Amino acid sequence: MNHFLIAPVVLPALVAPFIIMVVRHHIDLMRIFSLASTVLLVAISLVLAAQASTGEIQIYELGNWAAPFGIVLVLDRLSAMMVLLTSVLALVVNLYVIGTGWDKRGANFHALFQFQLMGIIGAFLTGDAFNLFVFFEVLLIASYGLMIHAGGTRRFQAGVQYVVYNLLGSTLFLFALGTLYSVTGTLNMADLAVRVAEIPPEDTALLRVGAVMLLLVFAIKAAVIPLHFWLPASYANAPLPVAALFAIMTKVGAYAILRMYTLVFGPDLAATHGLVGAWLMPAALITLMIGAIGILGSYRIGRLVAFSAITSMGTLLTAIALFTPEGVEAALYYIVHSTLAAAFLFLVADLVAERQGIEILPQRPMPQSGLIAVLFFAGAIAMAGMPPLSGFLGKLLVLDAARSHDLVWWIWGTVLVGSLITILGMARAGSLLFWKSHGLLDDSEDPNATAPDADKPTDENAPEEIADVSGTEITERPAALPFVACFTLLSGLVLLTIFAGPANRYAEATAAQLFAPELYIRAVLGEVTP
Amino acid sequence: MEILNMEFLLASAVGIVTAAGIYLILRRRTFPVILGLSLLTYGVNIFLFATGRLMVNAPPVLNKYAEVPYTDPLPQALVLTAIVISFGMTAVVVMIALAAYLSSKDDLIDMPNHPEDEGENA
Repeated sequence: MNHFLIAPVVLPALVAPFIIMVVRHHIDLMRIFSLASTVLLVAISLVLAAQASTGEIQIYELGNWAAPFGIVLVLDRLSAMMVLLTSVLALVVNLYVIGTGWDKRGANFHALFQFQLMGIIGAFLTGDAFNLFVFFEVLLIASYGLMIHAGGTRRFQAGVQYVVYNLLGSTLFLFALGTLYSVTGTLNMADLAVRVAEIPPEDTALLRVGAVMLLLVFAIKAAVIPLHFWLPASYANAPLPVAALFAIMTKVGAYAILRMYTLVFGPDLAATHGLVGAWLMPAALITLMIGAIGILGSYRIGRLVAFSAITSMGTLLTAIALFTPEGVEAALYYIVHSTLAAAFLFLVADLVAERQGIEILPQRPMPQSGLIAVLFFAGAIAMAGMPPLSGFLGKLLVLDAARSHDLVWWIWGTVLVGSLITILGMARAGSLLFWKSHGLLDDSEDPNATAPDADKPTDENAPEEIADVSGTEITERPAALPFVACFTLLSGLVLLTIFAGPANRYAEATAAQLFAPELYIRAVLGEVTP
Repeated sequence: MEILNMEFLLASAVGIVTAAGIYLILRRRTFPVILGLSLLTYGVNIFLFATGRLMVNAPPVLNKYAEVPYTDPLPQALVLTAIVISFGMTAVVVMIALAAYLSSKDDLIDMPNHPEDEGENA
């Protein structure tokens, strides 16, 4: 048994309590341990991705209990890819947070960050449905803390809504799991797949109820219409770098849909044949359109990016809802792109919000206005799916995959019109923020006077002299680290475009693996013929 | 009476508690909403307990010396996990709701549309 497989779950699970209990009073030590853990996580996930790319499905039996009885972690191409994506995103967000000092504005940022990573990575690796619930709760409870990091009335109010909505989702998850267990008598995903296929079609009413309830749970996570209402307020009012990390959380929902409805309730299963796709496809198309309209109508930059995350989820789920190998292949390429693009835009939005506030209004030009404008422009291009960045290729793959679907004209029309509205919305926001600002230059005030000092309480109540000195240095010369983080994400998007061929081949192999669930079942349960 | 058997009582208990929970979470103030969430978790815990079928006077262990009835132990383990998680989550939501109430002097669950009136800080 390969103990390396559990390392990405254990590492943050050990580092987080260590940070809370041992180094919580030393911001530098907290940063060092958190960053070291994240770097190690990237290294581990690279090794795991290399192992998974051979096509072999590895399992890890916790406590050495055999598969249907104990909990298993499963590493296949899909989970390895998602784990790698999570750890790279975490590293970038961690750099950004350290560079901007967001982690000093409230307590225990880094510990919560590590717990959040543990939950996300665990959810990607687990092969047990109830364990998936537990990891969902781990990532959610950490996200509640991160969401209200640094406090503020509006953030607390949005936090209450976010927590209540997700607690409801968790309750529904338990109802769904209970229903599935009462029908099949197991919660191991591979075992579920075997048992579900054996149930005669006339006895599947409860099973279908369970399948649809489970879809609702994952749709809440993935922010599908009409279950998306939690997302805009939560993401826009969370600290924006945290929202950048949350870009992977909606993907956890998409991942779970992809996993459950290819493995357990596969497209060939008679009981749920066509059921999931038939509901998911229109919902995904409406999600796409609502997100695009939301971009056009947003008057704050956080909401703008939150709605762009919704529209990208719409595109992603459109591809998933095709439930064909081509659709899944396009979805896998787009999942990487949309995670990077949404996180990138959230970070750029934070750069803007830190300098001139969250309203999308023409104001005095902010410091480094040109550089930030370029970054925003690149992010908007990526998100809207224009050439030359990877969003264009991703949407092209989605459109191509939808060619033989019944609703092909609806899909093409919605994706293309949605992209157009996204471009309009992004252009509106960008020109208000960056171009019209220069029209206001005739004010003869000192430009430093308008700097939003109120946003940086850390400079005021910093206990030590040294912190004050470094604070004044930052106002003279902007910290480089946030820009390094932004450019890392941007170069990720560029690399995804340049190496679209290899990336697409990996996605193709992953889709092939997903549509051959017997490989997964054999890896987990041994030689059982379904 | 035959109709008042355990299955009927348990099913109606789950139904009533869940219905009350759903009614409460649709209220506008945070306190009833949190109560509703608690009721929902009670409902789901009883429901999970019943997914292993209801048995009376049967231990959740196999006996290898004699053929005795036993009840499914897995739902009991699941319920324990679910209870612990929902307990922790309720504590978290109470704390966040309290923070929102104390800082806004208002326990309405919806947010005002014009936050700039309150001197909002990004």
